[in-house]
Amino acid sequence: MVNAVNPQDIEFGLDTFVYASVDGSGRAVDGDVVIRNTIEEAVLADTVGIDSFNIAEHYRPEMMDSAGHVMLAAIAGRTERIRLGTAVTVLSTQDPVRVYTNFATLDAVSNGRAQLIVGRGSLTESFPLFGFDLADYEELFEEKLDLLTRLLRDQPVTWSGTFRPPLTNQYLSPPLPEGHVPTWVGVGGSPQSVIRAARYGLPLMLAVIGGPARRFAPLVDLYKRALVAYGHAPLPIGMHSHGFVARTDEEAVAIQWPYWAEVFEGAAAERGWARPTMERFQAEIADGSLYLGSPETVANKIAAVIRQLGLSRFDWAYATGRVPHEQRMATIELYGREVIPRVRALLAEPSPEPAFSSAPATANLGAASVQQ
Amino acid sequence: MSSSSPTDRRLGIVGAGKMGTTVARAAMSAGYDVAVSGSGPPERIALIVDVLAPGARAVTTDEVVGSAGIIVLAVPMHRFRELPRDIFAGNILVDAMNYWEDIDGVDKELATAPLGTSVVVQQRFSSARVVKSLNHLGYYDFEESRRPAGLAGRIAIAAAGDDRAAVAAVLQLIDRLGFDAVDAGRLEAGLALQPDGPVFGVRHAAGELSELLWAEASSA
Repeated sequence: MVNAVNPQDIEFGLDTFVYASVDGSGRAVDGDVVIRNTIEEAVLADTVGIDSFNIAEHYRPEMMDSAGHVMLAAIAGRTERIRLGTAVTVLSTQDPVRVYTNFATLDAVSNGRAQLIVGRGSLTESFPLFGFDLADYEELFEEKLDLLTRLLRDQPVTWSGTFRPPLTNQYLSPPLPEGHVPTWVGVGGSPQSVIRAARYGLPLMLAVIGGPARRFAPLVDLYKRALVAYGHAPLPIGMHSHGFVARTDEEAVAIQWPYWAEVFEGAAAERGWARPTMERFQAEIADGSLYLGSPETVANKIAAVIRQLGLSRFDWAYATGRVPHEQRMATIELYGREVIPRVRALLAEPSPEPAFSSAPATANLGAASVQQ
Repeated sequence: MSSSSPTDRRLGIVGAGKMGTTVARAAMSAGYDVAVSGSGPPERIALIVDVLAPGARAVTTDEVVGSAGIIVLAVPMHRFRELPRDIFAGNILVDAMNYWEDIDGVDKELATAPLGTSVVVQQRFSSARVVKSLNHLGYYDFEESRRPAGLAGRIAIAAAGDDRAAVAAVLQLIDRLGFDAVDAGRLEAGLALQPDGPVFGVRHAAGELSELLWAEASSA
């Protein structure tokens, strides 16, 4: 597949969960300081040429991202260029009317730089917190996405649904210029979610948080064919993965490993996942979803996946877990100053590999070889 | 292994999500005739099946049940009670579902099922021959790990069930899909195949998998 996107036009974003971090001596940093540190990280990201800064949404002791839009407004006041968004807004447990007013206001504050990714997220504590039943997830997301897209695209809105009161000829302030607050749909691998994004004519954001990104190639194909089936023009496809960059591969591994292991030990205990091992960490770096290492290593891996999946946007969740602020700042600086320019240069070169097939990946298991 | 008459290679799959389409793809490349259903009318999943499991047929759940003796149930666990109780009467029903509170919400019966969630599934579909299997590898591990029999590095999938003929049929299916097959014993031994169990989510060769399941059974 020839990557049709001009390398200069690809959006390179940063995503953060606003992890409660430790300081250089390993002591826990207070949550309010973590929030102000994150604002400094975003300001640095703007300075070093990163295209967007996107904050997740959780309600957990180890993450300070419960009201990202407030932080984004503060960042807007200190930056000129960087786009400001979410990764992801857990739309199922929010009121789309409130999401609209928050992000239309952010768009005004930031002079048109607001954006959204809406989705389920991989953690679901917001459902009991706000009184929703996780078993209603599909219906909640469908209804709320319907209302949000109408509010963004075509006011006044007359609408009725199951989970909130109806709207009649409703205008919301502030009004948005056409096409503002671009809204992407985040998906984690569910084919129905891919179809839904296409049905609404919204760009697709793939969350690749384990294993090689190539397993999403069939979903990219599905999305493109579904856009055609629903009569939409081609739309951008983006991807989100985690990582860390340092001067050398060894340094990046040494800094990130203990914090990564800590996060996945927690997930193993809480969610029944397999416990983290250095072997799995290394496998994720070598051929999986971790974009980690020296600037050259990370740039090569990002360029390869952009070509492979035909991406228009790459969001990098920098520094997993309690990595100290100083090391987060260093990784942002390297990402903006070295990794992104290098990726753009690599993508401007002719493709080093044969054209990528977007046909569904199948193991090499010929019929003849499985005869009993 | 029994002879491979053409009728042996038919598989029905209820659920067109990540796991359902992954199993469909594997079965297609193993030479099966595959019928898949989702929630709602077949048109709703036609494109998904066409792109993710080319050659498989998108049909209604009733048609899936009529199309094959072995049916894989791969719907989100909080949805299985929406299916009629007798819909799988007489079928071998491979329960590939896992209960995840993060996906399914809080479900007391499933969260506390002392003999495993497949026993709950068997009670629900009492006229089906339930075998727990295809649930303990992630869909991506499943996709990438398939190998022809005898090839080095082939990993294993276990099956647990009370109907021994049904288990034997599922063991054959597992082998044809590209994995060594391990008989885990009675349906309640499926507890060991669930999330938090000793073998969940990790690739194991047949020997290792058997040992882990044996150790679990001995300590129970």
